[in-house]
Amino acid sequence: MSAADTLRATPQADDTVWKERDPLIDRIPRPLAISGLVLGVVGLWWLVTGLKIVSPIILPSPAETGADLAFVGINLASGGYVLSAFITTTLTVIYAFLMAIGIGFVLGTLVGETKFGERAVMPLLVAVDTMPKVAFAPLFIAWLGFGISSKVALATFIATFPIVVSTAAGLYAASENERFLFKAMGASRLQTLVRLKLPTGLPYFFTGLKIAAVGVMAGAITGEFLGGGKGVGALIRVSASQLDTPRVFSLIIYLSFLGLAMYMLVVWVQRTLVFWNKQDTIGGVA
Amino acid sequence: MERAVAGQSRVNETDEPGPADARRPVYEVERLSKVYPRNRFLALENVELRLGEGEFASVIGSSGCGKSTLLKIMAGLIPPTAGRVVLEDRPVMGPRADIGMMFQQATLLPWKTTLENVVLPIEVRRGRTAARAAMARARELLDLVGLGNATEAYPGELSGGMAQRAAICRMLITDPAVLLLDEPFSALDELTRDFMNMEFQRICMARHATAFLVTHSIPEAVILSDRIYVMQANPGRIAEAIDIALPRPRTLDMINTARFGEIVGHIRDKLDSEGFL
Repeated sequence: MSAADTLRATPQADDTVWKERDPLIDRIPRPLAISGLVLGVVGLWWLVTGLKIVSPIILPSPAETGADLAFVGINLASGGYVLSAFITTTLTVIYAFLMAIGIGFVLGTLVGETKFGERAVMPLLVAVDTMPKVAFAPLFIAWLGFGISSKVALATFIATFPIVVSTAAGLYAASENERFLFKAMGASRLQTLVRLKLPTGLPYFFTGLKIAAVGVMAGAITGEFLGGGKGVGALIRVSASQLDTPRVFSLIIYLSFLGLAMYMLVVWVQRTLVFWNKQDTIGGVA
Repeated sequence: MERAVAGQSRVNETDEPGPADARRPVYEVERLSKVYPRNRFLALENVELRLGEGEFASVIGSSGCGKSTLLKIMAGLIPPTAGRVVLEDRPVMGPRADIGMMFQQATLLPWKTTLENVVLPIEVRRGRTAARAAMARARELLDLVGLGNATEAYPGELSGGMAQRAAICRMLITDPAVLLLDEPFSALDELTRDFMNMEFQRICMARHATAFLVTHSIPEAVILSDRIYVMQANPGRIAEAIDIALPRPRTLDMINTARFGEIVGHIRDKLDSEGFL
């Protein structure tokens, strides 16, 4: 008897059939859930502004914001000043991300692989990490000027620590038996590191990268708030000081695309590189 | 039932198992003691044993009796506090190429295929070129354990039993003089475990392998071993050595024979009297 036959088997009274049903909230299909949620938020936004509960200077209407989104979009597409600001910020973010990966990987390997790193470097790193890192921005500006480098420095500073911690945690992830296996095979310390510990730690490393990808964005924009320059952060600050709230909103929305792109890039590289570790994902994005 | 008595020996013309004393000694453990410095725990005290060529010996005892410590010292993975281990007339002073090892978990690297995992010991010791050259031999071994179709599969696609078979091949690829097994099949379900034990016996008999198994399963030790060392805990020491004179090849049917039950019962009594079970 085939599966189809089984499904069509002896008819049974409906009230005696045991069926499991998901609750309604789990049965909403994804596109409907996302668009419904967005429409709901925009609707609420429209209601709040339409009823004039808050001043349009504090919260512009969805229509105003939409119009400005289109204006900024056209400026971006036609190579206007918004585009050059986005190029500056994108470069800042990319430089900072690469530097954070480099420094974080080296320090993380030192911490995870050597007793010296674990005993001496890690406590100092934790001490530095507990400082409010944004407070270093004036220092970076004093040292590196108002150009892109002070922003890169701040963003790197913020994003490095999660990579250090995740790299080190990854190096501890290989099981005792796996270490014994490599020892029994006569593997050198470097071989054990490169062939066992680093690959085993890759999923941890990428978790750190995702946190860092968000961190560099925050660092770059904060740097541009405080240090001026040509980036989107400076543009946002100028718009805000001119009470051009719709512009602030639309710049933030376009910035979120940049952040999302960085994040998705990390997720894509992880899936390609760590093909053997099919972790459960949250909403197919994390 | 035969007990190992000093000086007792019986000459064997065939491959039939006999008292280990009759064989050429390959592996000798001499008055081995191990103290873990952190908590001054005496894990092993004056452990003595000897493995003859082609002999299959087991050590049996409860968890924490020091049997895994013994195996790690014999493998050259951790140093003893006193005493020494001699393999093929050379003292074991660290990991050696002529010692093959297997763990409770298959510990296959998930980013390498079955074939690449099997040649890993060659790759680590002699480089990638040598590893590629060993692949034909690895395929033969995988064929031998029934994994001929799974050479390109990744460990995530293998069942527990298949993964352990690949681990057997990885252990055999360097043609070690002795095989050390740390509860290799105890994470498998019972049916698979019985089957793997028979497979493993077949492989050992074909290669005349000298093997040393650590286990806490009495039937497993009896069906595989020529000699069983019963270990007592705290401090870990050998309470008794028992020669198993059942004919080879052993079969699963033997488990139901009176003789088998007698041996199992004796070992259980021995463990019971030490207050283990």
